[in-house]
Amino acid sequence: MATANASRPRTVQIYNCRLLRDGQIHDDDYLWMRDGKLLDPKICFWSEQIEADERINAHGLLVTPGLIDVQINGAFGVDFSTDFEAMQAGGVVRAAQGLLRQGCTSFCPTLVSSAPDVYTQALPLLGPRKGNLENGAEVLGAHLEGPFIAHEKKGAHDPRVLQASVSGIADIEKIYGPIVRGGNASIITVAPEIPGMYKCIEELDKRGIVVSMGHSMAQIAEAEEGLKHGAKFVTHMFNAMSSFHHRDPAIVGLLGATHMERPYYGLIADGFHAHPCSVRIAYSAHPKGLVLVTDSMAALGLPLGEYTLGDMHVECTKDAVYIAGTNTLAGSRITLAECIRRFRKFTSCSVEEAIDSATLHPATLLGVQDRKGTLKHGADADLCFFDDQLHIQRVFIDGQEVDGVES
Amino acid sequence: MRLIIREDPEDVATYMANYIKERINQFNPTAERPFVLGLPTGSSPIHIYRKLVDLHRANELSFKHVVTFNMDEYVGLPRDHPESYHSFMWNHLFRHVDIPPAQVNILDGNAEDLDKECRRYEEKILSYGGIELFLGGIGPDGHIAFNEPGSSLKSRTRPKTLAYETILANARFFGGDISKVPNLALTVGVGTVMDARDVAIIITGQHKSIALAKCIEEGVNHMWTVSALQMHPSALIVCDEDATAELHVKTVKYFKSIEKVHEELLGRENMDLQGRVHGSIKRHAGYQE
Repeated sequence: MATANASRPRTVQIYNCRLLRDGQIHDDDYLWMRDGKLLDPKICFWSEQIEADERINAHGLLVTPGLIDVQINGAFGVDFSTDFEAMQAGGVVRAAQGLLRQGCTSFCPTLVSSAPDVYTQALPLLGPRKGNLENGAEVLGAHLEGPFIAHEKKGAHDPRVLQASVSGIADIEKIYGPIVRGGNASIITVAPEIPGMYKCIEELDKRGIVVSMGHSMAQIAEAEEGLKHGAKFVTHMFNAMSSFHHRDPAIVGLLGATHMERPYYGLIADGFHAHPCSVRIAYSAHPKGLVLVTDSMAALGLPLGEYTLGDMHVECTKDAVYIAGTNTLAGSRITLAECIRRFRKFTSCSVEEAIDSATLHPATLLGVQDRKGTLKHGADADLCFFDDQLHIQRVFIDGQEVDGVES
Repeated sequence: MRLIIREDPEDVATYMANYIKERINQFNPTAERPFVLGLPTGSSPIHIYRKLVDLHRANELSFKHVVTFNMDEYVGLPRDHPESYHSFMWNHLFRHVDIPPAQVNILDGNAEDLDKECRRYEEKILSYGGIELFLGGIGPDGHIAFNEPGSSLKSRTRPKTLAYETILANARFFGGDISKVPNLALTVGVGTVMDARDVAIIITGQHKSIALAKCIEEGVNHMWTVSALQMHPSALIVCDEDATAELHVKTVKYFKSIEKVHEELLGRENMDLQGRVHGSIKRHAGYQE
């Protein structure tokens, strides 16, 4: 192995791997990286005429882009909506490093419906931040879920802070603070039927914010109107929305939208939030729009047991989190990798589709598909190595290997 | 000239890959004394490259001290175009093996001065002391590299117009659009190939059977440029059964029997890889009487 010349950065070749590239698995392939980016090896070979400084044997594992979770409320004991002190004291990094060890290399920390002061405190801590060994998983900006949502579909959100109508973008900024392109927030979940919302969707879309529809009573006509005004995403399909009815399929009906581009949609594929049959129906209807999300809460990554998280006393079991001493679901603690495995089991989809649903699709939704969710040359060197059962064996971020990976 | 006949393209590739491996390993190349290898593109060599890669992975063959010269490249096609011969060689061989990039030579079809590029290529070959082994394939019209029918058998590396047939045949690689097919290529000459100390040609498939027959059963002829090999002191052709379809039965039997004599009567230990008998061969006891 040659030593890197001090005057140029190390060039690393991963060999003996199967690669997920352009929706296909390529056997017996190679991946080159340098400076935290994936590299076109032809440039090394033909133009620079250099060889790799380091070669990493992947031992035949499947190498994919790092996973992306666009809906995650907390992790490793940190609740993004309440634990400001912990977050200020490095809690976001702690969560981000934990997520990284689970293969999630980018995420959108998600805030539930809150009062304005929460956004004032939390948002500056949750804006976009580069992922690397020091920072943990990359923050792709916050996902603001509510408070412009339907009271009837509030789920676990605090009804006192919900906003029933909106007269313009100023009302929205009154709650969140300034909403700008490249700011701290990337995704905002709204109920499109809230009076005055269509115009706001349009304005948010113009400002480069991904508008998602969810926690909503919208009928299909309202959901379509939301799409027309620029909504791109549906927040956890099936959950917290009107049920499918064949005459008015509500937001669920967008899976079959006939004369407009169908939106991306989040799906919690744990088998509890949506029945496996529902997961399969969504997948069958619109596989290219499917975005796997965990919707996990602070208990993600904590050992089994009882905890006080925010103002709740909860019990973590293997599959879910319950309010201690009850059968009431308090949220999920599933990893994104586990979502991939269950999604595949429920739908019998290809490995390529399962991985794309947690990489390429969320990246494209957020408009970062040139650097995230892809193994294209020039993209960030965030990688997961999967075995045949889709358990994660190794993780890289920014071109560096992560220690202590949890398979 | 030797003709080795094997059952099918797979066996042909195995034979050729092993031959190349043995030649390189026996040469025992070093940084100061590298093994200089001429290489073709095309459909037949793909199998050979695959096997060479396997041999490399099995640690039986290293390209650390191998210098390669490719036969040809299209003019005006971007280096990274999927149909360029740079891309071909990258995909089928170079990215899989340990060859240092600086030891790889392919004609630059985008050079400003094509004549100069060709002269540079010939000089570079000479600077290594010539090519030790030139591996090649042929077209159905018996062309070697882009030396299409009528090429001078003494030709050197030069720009060459492609035959209309070749352009038509290549159109399938360019979305069926003839206007997109390069009509010019840089190619080593027949003379360049003939200068190699050893030439090994692979010929498979019935569509190449006439070319094979013209190459070995008739005279040296510029309309079948590969026939120039008849003048080469150490030429080897490896073909499959299908490619022998146009040969005389006598020819096929003759070359098969020669192989048999070499293997069974003389003994492989008395032959070198190029099929020459060692000078120190032990003669049969009764021979001296």
